[in-house]
Amino acid sequence: MEYFKTEGLAVGYRGRSLIHDINIGMEKGKILTLIGPNGAGKSTILKTITRHLARIGGTVAIGGKDIQGWSAKEMAGQVAVVLTDRIRPELMTCGEVVAMGRYPYTNAMGKMTAADKEAVLRALQRVHAIELEKQDFSTLSDGQRQRIMLARAICQEPQVIVLDEPTAYLDIRFKIELLDILREMAHEEGTAVVMSLHEIDLASKISDYMVCVKGDTIAAFGTPEEIMKEGVIESLYGLEKGNYNQLYGSVEFGRPEGEPRVFVVAGGGYGTEVYRLLQKWQIPFATGILHENDIDCPVASALSGHVVTAPAFEEMTKEQLEKALEWMQKAGTLIHAGTPIGSTNRVNGQLLELAEEMRFPIYRSAGEWLEAQRQNGHCGAQGAEV
Amino acid sequence: MKQTRKRFLTTMVILTVLLAWGLVLNINLGSVHIPSGDIFRMVWDAARYQVLNLFTGGAYGPQLEEVIGASTQSKILFSIRMPRMMLAAILGGALAVSGFLLQTFFRNPIAGPFVLGISSGAKLIVGITLVFGAQYIGKISSAALIASAFFGSLLVVSAVLLFSQRVHSMSMLLVVGIMIGYICSAATDFCIAFAKEHDIANLAGWSMGSFSGANWGNVVFSAWICLPGLGMAWLLSKPIGAYALGEGYAQSLGVNVKLFRAVLILLSSLLSACVTAFAGPISFVGIAVPHITKTMLKTSRPAVVIPVTYLSGAVFCIYCDLIARTFFSPTELAIGTVTAAFGAPVVIVMMLKRRSTNM
Repeated sequence: MEYFKTEGLAVGYRGRSLIHDINIGMEKGKILTLIGPNGAGKSTILKTITRHLARIGGTVAIGGKDIQGWSAKEMAGQVAVVLTDRIRPELMTCGEVVAMGRYPYTNAMGKMTAADKEAVLRALQRVHAIELEKQDFSTLSDGQRQRIMLARAICQEPQVIVLDEPTAYLDIRFKIELLDILREMAHEEGTAVVMSLHEIDLASKISDYMVCVKGDTIAAFGTPEEIMKEGVIESLYGLEKGNYNQLYGSVEFGRPEGEPRVFVVAGGGYGTEVYRLLQKWQIPFATGILHENDIDCPVASALSGHVVTAPAFEEMTKEQLEKALEWMQKAGTLIHAGTPIGSTNRVNGQLLELAEEMRFPIYRSAGEWLEAQRQNGHCGAQGAEV
Repeated sequence: MKQTRKRFLTTMVILTVLLAWGLVLNINLGSVHIPSGDIFRMVWDAARYQVLNLFTGGAYGPQLEEVIGASTQSKILFSIRMPRMMLAAILGGALAVSGFLLQTFFRNPIAGPFVLGISSGAKLIVGITLVFGAQYIGKISSAALIASAFFGSLLVVSAVLLFSQRVHSMSMLLVVGIMIGYICSAATDFCIAFAKEHDIANLAGWSMGSFSGANWGNVVFSAWICLPGLGMAWLLSKPIGAYALGEGYAQSLGVNVKLFRAVLILLSSLLSACVTAFAGPISFVGIAVPHITKTMLKTSRPAVVIPVTYLSGAVFCIYCDLIARTFFSPTELAIGTVTAAFGAPVVIVMMLKRRSTNM
C-alpha cells in the first residue's frame, strides 16, 4: 500500500493554482525526488505537503489518512522537514538545535527526559556529527549545518521526512554523505523520504521514484529507469545549448557552430579532453573514427555535428575511412589525441598514415594545435578568426 | 549543560547581590540621609505589621500607620524612596523582558519597545490629554496621564497587530512600526503647535521619563500587570525557543505560529505600555539588557534567559535611577538620559561584534 500519497493535489499561492493534478505516492522506506527547473514549483509542492502553504485542492494522505484535519502536534509527530531557510540562531549549540526536534514529545516547558537526550545523541551519531554537539551552531560550515538540520529532523522521529534541496551549498563529498544518510534512514528505519534535488545524476541514483515538475502539471512520475530516457532531461530543463548524458550523468556545454577547423583522431577516452578544450575555445571540429560504444563517443556527439562512427563491435570500413578523409581535408589540420592503434581500430592507423603521406600537419594535443594556429596567425586566444 | 548551570548560578548570585546592594543604596542615599540601622528597624517593623495585617484582616492598621508616620525620615522612606525603588525594579524588569520578546518576534536584535512606535503613541495621547483635555476639564490628574499613556500604547499595538495580519515579512513590519511612530510624533507636534507654554513643559517633562512621584498604588498596580506578564513570558519559553529556528521550523515542530505571534506581541506591548504609562518613555533598556544578559549567560535558552533578563532589567534601572536622582542632586536627571548614556554604547558594541562574527 502507498504510505504517502497525493490525489488531484493542486498547489499555489493566495488561492491561485500553479500546479494541479499532482498524483504521486510511495511506500514506506522509499525515496521520492522532485526534479525540475528553477521556479518550476518544487518548493511549492513540498511546502504544501508540509502544510506551510494551504493547499488549493485535492488530498495529501499519510498512512491512508488525509493530513488536512491533523492537529499541529500530530503533524509534527509524523512529518519532519529540512528547509532551505538559512537559520541564524543566537548562542545555540548544535546539540540544542537538534534537541528542538524533541519539541512534539517534551512537556509544556520543554523539559528533556533521559530518553529525549538519548534521541538527540542518536540523531547526531546518525549524521556522523557527534563531535559537534557542544559547538556553537553559528560557527559551522554549510556542510556541517545541513547535517545538523538533518539530525534535527531525524530527532523528531518522523514517518515522513521532507527536504527542500538538501544538497544546495554542499560540496560533492557532503552531497554524497548526506544522500547516503537519507538512504540509510529510508532502508533501516522505513522512513519515507520526499525531497527536491538539482543534481539529476545523484537523483536518479538515489531515488526509488522521480517526479518531473514543469509547467502547470507534473511532466512525469515513475522510477528513475522510466524517467531517465534519452532527451527527457533536455526537454524538462529546456536545455537547448547543452547536453545531458543519461548514462554518465555528465553535462556538456553547447557545441561550437561552424565548419570544422580541425579533425581529431580519437577513441578509448583519449579524445574527450581534446573535445572539451576545443569547445572551451569555441573551435568547431570533426572527429572519428569512433565505435558507437567508444567512451569518447557521447562527448564527441554532444560537441560536434561531424562524428564519423562505426557500429559497435563491427570492423571499421573503407566508407568510414573515406568520410573521415573528406572531413580531414576540409578541416585542413589534424590532432592525434594519442589513442593507440590496434586491430579493431587499424583503419584509424591507415588514416594517420595517409595524412602523413599527404604531408598533413599532425598535432599531438589541442594545446600544440592552438599554438601552431596562433603562430600562423589563424586565430586569437579564444579561437576567433584574425 | 553543566557549564550553563554554573554560569546561570554565578549570574544569579551576582545579580542578587547587586540588587540587594542597590536597594540599600537607594534607600540610604539622597538629600536626607537615613542611618542604615534606622532603616532596618523601620522596614522590619512595617513588614511585621503588614504581615500581621494580612492575617488578621487589618487589625494592626493603626500600628502600621504609626511606624510610617513616626518621623520625617520614616515618611521619606515609606512614601517616597521605597515605592520609587520598587517601581524602578518592577518596571525596569518589565521593560527588559518586553524588549526580549520583541527581539524574538522580529528576530532582530535592535527591536525594542520603542521601535514599534509604542512610546510615540503613548506620547501622542498624553499630549492630546494635556493640551486639549486641559481646556475642557481643567486640572489633569496623574491617573488621567497614566490612563492616556496606556490607551496610546495599546492603540499603536492594535494598529501594528492589524498590519501583522497582512504584512508577512518581519522587517517590513518593523518599518511599519517605525512609520507609525513618525506619524504619532507628527501628530504630537501638531498638538504642541496649539498648546500653552506650561502644557508643553509638562509634556516635555513626562516624555523624558522618570520614576519620581511613585506611590504604593502605582507599585501594586504595575506589579499586578508585570509579574503575571513575566510569568506568561516564561511559560512561552518552549515556543520561543523553537521560534529561534525560524517560522518554518517552528510550525513544523507544532507551534501555532499565528497565535504565538499574536500572544507574543500583545504581551510585550502590555509590559512596555505599563512602563510607559507610569514612568514615561525609557530608551535602550529593552535593547541593551537582554543582550547583556545573554552575553553573561552564554546561552539563549528562553526558560533561563527570561527570568534573568527581568532581574538584570530591575538591577539596571535601580542603578540608573539612583544615578539620575543623586549624581547632580538636588537637580534630578531624566531616567532616559541615564539609560541612554549606558545603554547606547552597549548597542554599538553589540552591533560591531555581530558584524565581525556573523558577516
